Amino acid sequence: MTDLTATAAKDWASDQEVRWCPGCGDYGILKAVQMLMPDLGGRPENTVFISGIGCAARFPYYMNTYGMHSIHGRAPAIATGLAMARDDLDVWVVGGDGDMLSIGGNHLIHALRRNVNLTILLFNNQIYGLTKGQYSPTSEVGKVTKSTPFGSLDQPFNPVSVALGAEASFVARTHDLDRAHMIETFRRAREHRGAALVEIYQNCNVFNDGAFGAITSRSARDEMLIPLVHGQAIRFGKEREKGVMIDGQGRALIVKVRDVGEEAILVHDETRTEPGLAFLLSRLSSGPTEPTPVGVFRAVPRPDYGGETNRQLAAAQDKSGPGDLSSLLHSRPTWDVA
Amino acid sequence: MADLEIPPTGAVDLDRVIIRFAGDSGDGMQLTGDRFTSASAVFGNDLLTLPDFPAEIRAPAGTVAGVSAFQVHISDHEITTPGDEPNVLVAMNPAALRSELGRLAVGGTVIVNTDSFDERNLTKAGYRSDPLTDGTLDRYSVYEVPMTSLTKDAVAPLGVKPRDAERSKNFFALGLLSWMYTRPLEPTLQWIEEKFGKRPEVAEANRTAFRTGHAFGETAELFDHPYTVKPAVQTPGTYTSINGNTALAWGLIAASQLAKLPMFLGSYPITPASDILHELSKHKNFGVRTLQAEDEIAGIGAALGAAFGGHLGVTTTSGPGIALKSETMGLAVSLELPLLIIDIQRGGPSTGLPTKTEAADLLQVMYGRHGESPIPIVAAFAPSHCFFAAIEAVRIALKYRTPVVLLSDGYLANGSEPWRLPNLADLPDISVAFATETNHVSAEGEPEFWPYLRDPDTLARPWAVPGTPGLMHRIGGIEKQDGSGNISYEPANHERMVHLRADKVAGIANDIPLLDVHGDVDDGEILVLGWGSTWGAIDGAVNRCRARGQKVARAHLVHLNPFPPNLGEILRRYPRVLVPELNLGQLVKLVRAEFLVDARSYTKVQGVPFTAGELEAAILKELGA
Ligand code: SF4
Repeated sequence: MTDLTATAAKDWASDQEVRWCPGCGDYGILKAVQMLMPDLGGRPENTVFISGIGCAARFPYYMNTYGMHSIHGRAPAIATGLAMARDDLDVWVVGGDGDMLSIGGNHLIHALRRNVNLTILLFNNQIYGLTKGQYSPTSEVGKVTKSTPFGSLDQPFNPVSVALGAEASFVARTHDLDRAHMIETFRRAREHRGAALVEIYQNCNVFNDGAFGAITSRSARDEMLIPLVHGQAIRFGKEREKGVMIDGQGRALIVKVRDVGEEAILVHDETRTEPGLAFLLSRLSSGPTEPTPVGVFRAVPRPDYGGETNRQLAAAQDKSGPGDLSSLLHSRPTWDVA
Repeated sequence: MADLEIPPTGAVDLDRVIIRFAGDSGDGMQLTGDRFTSASAVFGNDLLTLPDFPAEIRAPAGTVAGVSAFQVHISDHEITTPGDEPNVLVAMNPAALRSELGRLAVGGTVIVNTDSFDERNLTKAGYRSDPLTDGTLDRYSVYEVPMTSLTKDAVAPLGVKPRDAERSKNFFALGLLSWMYTRPLEPTLQWIEEKFGKRPEVAEANRTAFRTGHAFGETAELFDHPYTVKPAVQTPGTYTSINGNTALAWGLIAASQLAKLPMFLGSYPITPASDILHELSKHKNFGVRTLQAEDEIAGIGAALGAAFGGHLGVTTTSGPGIALKSETMGLAVSLELPLLIIDIQRGGPSTGLPTKTEAADLLQVMYGRHGESPIPIVAAFAPSHCFFAAIEAVRIALKYRTPVVLLSDGYLANGSEPWRLPNLADLPDISVAFATETNHVSAEGEPEFWPYLRDPDTLARPWAVPGTPGLMHRIGGIEKQDGSGNISYEPANHERMVHLRADKVAGIANDIPLLDVHGDVDDGEILVLGWGSTWGAIDGAVNRCRARGQKVARAHLVHLNPFPPNLGEILRRYPRVLVPELNLGQLVKLVRAEFLVDARSYTKVQGVPFTAGELEAAILKELGA
């Protein structure tokens, strides 16, 4: 009795009051997801949002779908079980950089390598918000916070590099100030069968305001964001005068197009089986202060884990018939006592 | 099975015998013991086994640390323990003799593989002189058999490589013991065919070694005569030989069918629980999904996710894994979703004794979470009981929408016994209904769904699974408003929810069987209260004390949280209460705290079960007898 009438964005918003700090980047991401949902043609009852702990992890409460706000770091593991058990559902995972790259890093990389059918939104604000401002696994070296008054010593993770290294079949990056880009990126992620990771640069205006301003503000974008578009030369700048090329040493370099010629500019191919080139692109910038690629880094088809699990179940039933308890109990040597 | 019926002439009848096979980890003693057991089971003896192996996969060969042993107790009457003291020790090398001789009954039989008693092996075992000649074995009947060379000679004509030839010596030992105790040969020969059929030369070598061992017993004038242990009188029915982990896995499959829910197992390999994962992963045609997760936390997390999706979520582990899962167990308490957590206990703390048994996780599963976090606990008491305990634990989880812990231990997991297969029609229907309708009307008069609106009898909340139109809801670990399930930090509401969760679990007491008392129910001078795998030893000990004229009653708990409603009354009925446990006294703390009775504790933490003899002495001591 699934209702087949189309939904509107409001059908996807729950009745709960949204309680992020005013001005938080999370609002824009929530709006983008709610706007995208009707377009995808899914139903709220067949959609599940699973989160861990953190500011971003409040997300499920604001979606009028099924949802679980679980415990710190474990959302990818919980979602793995749900997606394996119920491959008829759209399962989304939402979490922050602390949740998914620190305490839950192990679950994230294994969900990616298994290619569980999940759409994973990683809100990266490079800080711990909910616990009030400690540095995170994506904070830049030298970050001065309450827990690092002399500056942090830790080399940060680059989430896109981590995902590519973890055998992810879909990896993308977007940011909270460009709704159209978010919606398009989320759509691609959702339409990908398997684990899709989207890193979203998200501004925490209370504890790390402006962390991405140097590249995401309207005035900076042209010069600082490098759009990755499948099949197109990777170029950016107001006049698209800059581009990315791979030099003879195998390095990815930002160059002036007129210096090297148009043919030298790398044409983006998100479907390459080998993740090496995508990895090179993920290393183009060492942080959100340098020109940084956004868009889909990698999108390759690979059988998803839940589907493969079901395939094995179906094959076993084809071969042995549906399980019969009595035969199971008699499957080892038996003897009769009269 | 031609040789099943005819005991050789001149065989001497025994009512029971306890045999301990011991050798180096690489000598195949577990397999030898297992085959001897299977043949005895098919023959119709009652039996119980106690495998005992080192944690190291390959401890240094020839050392005491590397000794692997398998004890089997076969009998012509019903027995409940793998036996106190072995009557027969088969020692494949000096280390086995050194490590196991102390367990043997004085006057017992020792059969040694003399080929391995060379200077090097004696030294490795820590012997300064040869125990075969220095008087060490004076109080035993010793049979010296050059098993390795006899095996090599016998298989040499088959062209088997010397290394492989030597490997077959355990089949020689098995053949010899099969002759000594008049075991049927057919089951073992058949098993060799099934197991090694694809490698005919190995199959032939093992067969030859087995037959040679058997013929050696018959022809060497070493042994006066063989023995027989007649079949036990058993309840009519069809039997199979089962160990606890297999019974538990099958119980889960049965529970999944009885609940009409597909099963999802999320698990991380850990001794001694891994065999449940292995067994369940074979049975995909039952709709069983198994995930070997990246860690213990993911194992339970995935199971909980599947439970949210309407599957029977199960996770299996041992004590260290419970420690890792405890946060998610707390989440399951808060979410009020059905979830089964299985703990096959082993020696602790920390890595402890991974391959040895202990039952010291009771307080961990009872209290080892933060906040007020009640979880029902069910404990299996015998290998075959693991089947029924699994069904019972699932029943409670589903009906009350709660995580449930099922306790077993290393001894039950690996020990096997004959099991009369149950009549499937007698198993309970444990299915529950998912919510399909809204259950509340909003202030505006709109129908709505309240995920925490409880059933007034069970206090269970509705289980509405994703995919159900109109019942979309969000749940989480933050405290919820009673009824609506919305986030609530209100002080009085938190207290109400803490009480509701506690009352829900406490109320299960009205839905479990009353505790039965056995033995001198009415005039017992002492009650022996047990739980878990101590059942067999307690039963044996109580019978022995009663045979001595003592008035002894016993009761065994399957439900440890909540307790059966008549436990308090039973405890107060007897002048003395003794609680034997394979820990430092955990159940005894619970009953003393809850019922204010002066229950006494008797404990053992050596990685091995109680013997009936130990408990017999403990009961007599308590009685001052
Ligand atoms: S603390 Fe930062 S991330 Fe959290 S809600 Fe406030 S602004 Fe957003």
